[in-house]
Amino acid sequence: MSVKERNQNTSLVRLLGVTKMYTQPDNYNIRVLDDINFDIQTGEFVALLGPSGSGKSTLLRIITGLSEPSYGTVLYRGEPVSGPNPHAAMVFQSFALYPWLTVQQNVELGLVAQGVAPDKRHQRAVQLIDLIGLNGYEDAFPKELSGGMRQRVGFARALAVDPELLCMDEPFSALDFLTAENLRSELLDLWLESRIPTRAILMVTHGIEEAVYMADRIVLLSKNPARIIADLPNLLPFPRNRKAPEFVQLVDHVYKIVTGWDDTENDADLVESTVPSQPSQGGQPRLKPIPYGHLSMLSGLLELVADRGGHDDLYRLGAELFLEVDDLLPVTETAELFHLAEVREGDLFLTELGKSFVDRDVNERKAIIREQLKDIPIIRMITRVLVSKANHAMSKEFFTDILEEHFSVNESERQLMTAINWGRFADLFHYDTDTELLYLDDDQMRDPLALSLQDF
Amino acid sequence: MSAQDRPGVGFADILVGASLLAMISVIIAWSTHAHPYTAESGQISLAWWHLPLDATYSWLRMLAAYALSLVFTLIYGYLAAFNTRAEKILLPLLDILQSIPVLSFLPVVLLAFIALFPHSRIGVNLASIMLIFTGQVWNMVFAVYHGFITIPRDLRESALSLNLSPWQRFRTLELPYAMVGLVWNSMMSWAGGWFFLMAAEMFSLGNRSYQLQGLGSYLQTAANQGRWGAELAGLATLVLVIVLMDQLVWRPLLAWADKFKMEMVEGGERPRSAVLRILRRSLILEWLGRALWIPLTQWSDHLFSNTLPRWRRNDSVLNIVALVRWLLVAFIVVVIVTALEGALRLLEHLTWPEIELVALATLATLGRVVVALIISVVWTVPVGVFIGLNHKWAARLTPLSQIAASVPATALFPGIVALLIHIHGGLNVASVLLMVLGTQWYILFNVIAGASAIPEDLREATRIFRLSRSKTWTTLILPAIAPFLITGLITAAGGAWNASIVAEYVSFHHHVYTAFGVGAIIAQSSQDRGFSVLLLATSLLALTVVLINRLVWRRLYNKAAERYSLS
Repeated sequence: MSVKERNQNTSLVRLLGVTKMYTQPDNYNIRVLDDINFDIQTGEFVALLGPSGSGKSTLLRIITGLSEPSYGTVLYRGEPVSGPNPHAAMVFQSFALYPWLTVQQNVELGLVAQGVAPDKRHQRAVQLIDLIGLNGYEDAFPKELSGGMRQRVGFARALAVDPELLCMDEPFSALDFLTAENLRSELLDLWLESRIPTRAILMVTHGIEEAVYMADRIVLLSKNPARIIADLPNLLPFPRNRKAPEFVQLVDHVYKIVTGWDDTENDADLVESTVPSQPSQGGQPRLKPIPYGHLSMLSGLLELVADRGGHDDLYRLGAELFLEVDDLLPVTETAELFHLAEVREGDLFLTELGKSFVDRDVNERKAIIREQLKDIPIIRMITRVLVSKANHAMSKEFFTDILEEHFSVNESERQLMTAINWGRFADLFHYDTDTELLYLDDDQMRDPLALSLQDF
Repeated sequence: MSAQDRPGVGFADILVGASLLAMISVIIAWSTHAHPYTAESGQISLAWWHLPLDATYSWLRMLAAYALSLVFTLIYGYLAAFNTRAEKILLPLLDILQSIPVLSFLPVVLLAFIALFPHSRIGVNLASIMLIFTGQVWNMVFAVYHGFITIPRDLRESALSLNLSPWQRFRTLELPYAMVGLVWNSMMSWAGGWFFLMAAEMFSLGNRSYQLQGLGSYLQTAANQGRWGAELAGLATLVLVIVLMDQLVWRPLLAWADKFKMEMVEGGERPRSAVLRILRRSLILEWLGRALWIPLTQWSDHLFSNTLPRWRRNDSVLNIVALVRWLLVAFIVVVIVTALEGALRLLEHLTWPEIELVALATLATLGRVVVALIISVVWTVPVGVFIGLNHKWAARLTPLSQIAASVPATALFPGIVALLIHIHGGLNVASVLLMVLGTQWYILFNVIAGASAIPEDLREATRIFRLSRSKTWTTLILPAIAPFLITGLITAAGGAWNASIVAEYVSFHHHVYTAFGVGAIIAQSSQDRGFSVLLLATSLLALTVVLINRLVWRRLYNKAAERYSLS
């Protein structure tokens, strides 16, 4: 089996300048997708790869017509999409099965919507349940099935309506490793042997290996807002072997692009001039987001890398720690932000500071982190406010309000909670969950480090 | 955070409250024109063989009110959940409507219906049905609305991407998702319905008394005549009806609704019902499913896909919809303004001493409500915690207390009044006890639920650290039951306010006993047709309840849920 025969090079889906903005409660616009252009050809299996929060699921929903773009158009077979596309079917990460319907009824649902007669849809559903390997479970309820079997029902339900375009939103992420692997290869078999009438598959994922294993084409998205940063063809022959040198090489290549995501804007400046094309923000300075790195994980990772002689391959680290690139990246980004490590070409290198960090005890480590936090804009903003207030206390709301001018509501909350965690860890300020107040105690006030912040 | 969680009072609340005040006054104005209905006043027979018939009549009234509530709930809940513009009005309206004490409506509603159907029993019957409806519908609406808005995004999107029509979405996703809450609240609504039915079957207005054949009038007549044997027989019938409903309807329904729970693992204990099991195994049901249910869904899918708008909308249709909407809004505005003017004219008749009196009376009733709650808490917390922590006792006591709780307090009122009316302090003291009677169960059941939810390992930890009994209560038990206790208190407080109208004004043996309070003023003024005082007292009562809900209960609840939640 080599590359698919079906390839007729006609474009099934075409995205023209798709842009999506969310309007905040206070009328600030957050841009999630920025000018996305690409085509999906008949016969193609496209993987949409990007970090979490990059808006790739939003893009998928725009393509299927579940959501509307703010600007730009989606064409399906040359026709603009408005409303859910009847030729597309969707498979969800959470399976999205109806717990009160049996397997059979779940699979029949799309046919019910089409008004297919009961006998016919019964027959069709039985066929698909057979195809997907769930015969015998027709009358079972989803809660009686294992995760892998539930996703099989999810596939059967999507395939029952004979979709031309099969969209999958991280379909294997909620499954354990072995189940996911099994389901991946079964789906690939169905697809490659043309046992399903589907003309193209679009899969959203954050797993690099998964994308390289399954897709003919990998479209890489950046974050904040999402733009296409690479569009790689994947011509490796099927069946693909994860141990093969070409496979590893391609995975490494994607890793390099992925870890370079933030390289262009790595200067942690408080302000960064806005893209002029964002009229709603009106030249307002933007706060740089901080990664959601957990500080205990940071210490663990640095210790591990130190034991390996001060540097290691990120891909290997992730695989050993059972961390997806999505979970690993925030930690390495935090390490870079604190100048404890550097990422070069998919490898993580400890800096001198990082090496001495590993040798210190807990309190000395806190001192190092505290020193580094001085340079983080959001932390600087918080301490400056607290130092200058007469009672050295300020409500959490005040800070979320400021952050909401830069980030979405959820993102603001996450940013602030991460900043609070870091600040608490480094003993820069306190936070009282009950009163939702950030405040400085007497020691923190006396701390020359905090006081010196007044000069900023 | 949705509008219903938000403490404080907003602009929409004020707007909606004012409109509501206006509508009530319109109904009042209408009912003042009613010709008094003359045909009624036969004696209720106390013969025991009348009981089954009486019970059937009462039950049918309940059924009619429930059917009305169900239809109203689904429409109101659907609009509030899926129409963003409607939501802004419907939610605050719901909140205020459920705070208005139902019983203060009775005379007004009654007169309005008698005006509609003069010279017949229908008006009186409809009035009692309307009254039960207003007593039981609000919590159902809240449950369904809450169910609709918490449908997970993935499920909604899967329904959309499968191209289900709005009607198909409703029957396969939205209604099933809200089903568990709907069944639970239907059960509670029936319990609340009995409470009002007992009070609504026999009442006097001015010098005229109205009665409908039913269990409520039977019980009142028996107490009035001092026929204690008949009173007990009536109570026994009532308990029997309630127990039968529980076994034959609610338990099977609860067991059936269990499949709509949004859980993806088999839970430990699930509700069971022998009746449901028998039904499910019966061939008749299977045959009905095939011969009726499937064609019915086919037919309704077909019908509604043609009549309801599909996803893709036409501009001209949208224009017409917009026009109709504006006309509707204009119409409502005109009605509200006219009604407000009417309300002001009614309130013009008020004198300052009257206003002062009503305000003082509201405070007096508030005092009684607080005392009633304190008494309820004092006995239910220790007992509830004991039952909740001892599974052996829980198994024995729970059914007993459920039966005790199922007897509507209003059914006991006549008998208890007869016993208490001569104690020191008269009805001023006795009315507090009447309120306790109606409210204690909400608190008890919530405390039991809270105590039985305390994890075993936390209890073991207190034993290992050898905490003293008082320390165990302050560090573990009280915080753990706090959210449950507050939930119970909120419901109980609502019940107490409602009960004040029947508890502060009692007619017994052709003699009227009153206590000083806003409930008595409402009852009194509706008897004497003092409609301006009635309007003032009702609005003041509703305002007090809404304000206390917003400013006290909701804050307390949010705090407790956040701080002491064990999940």
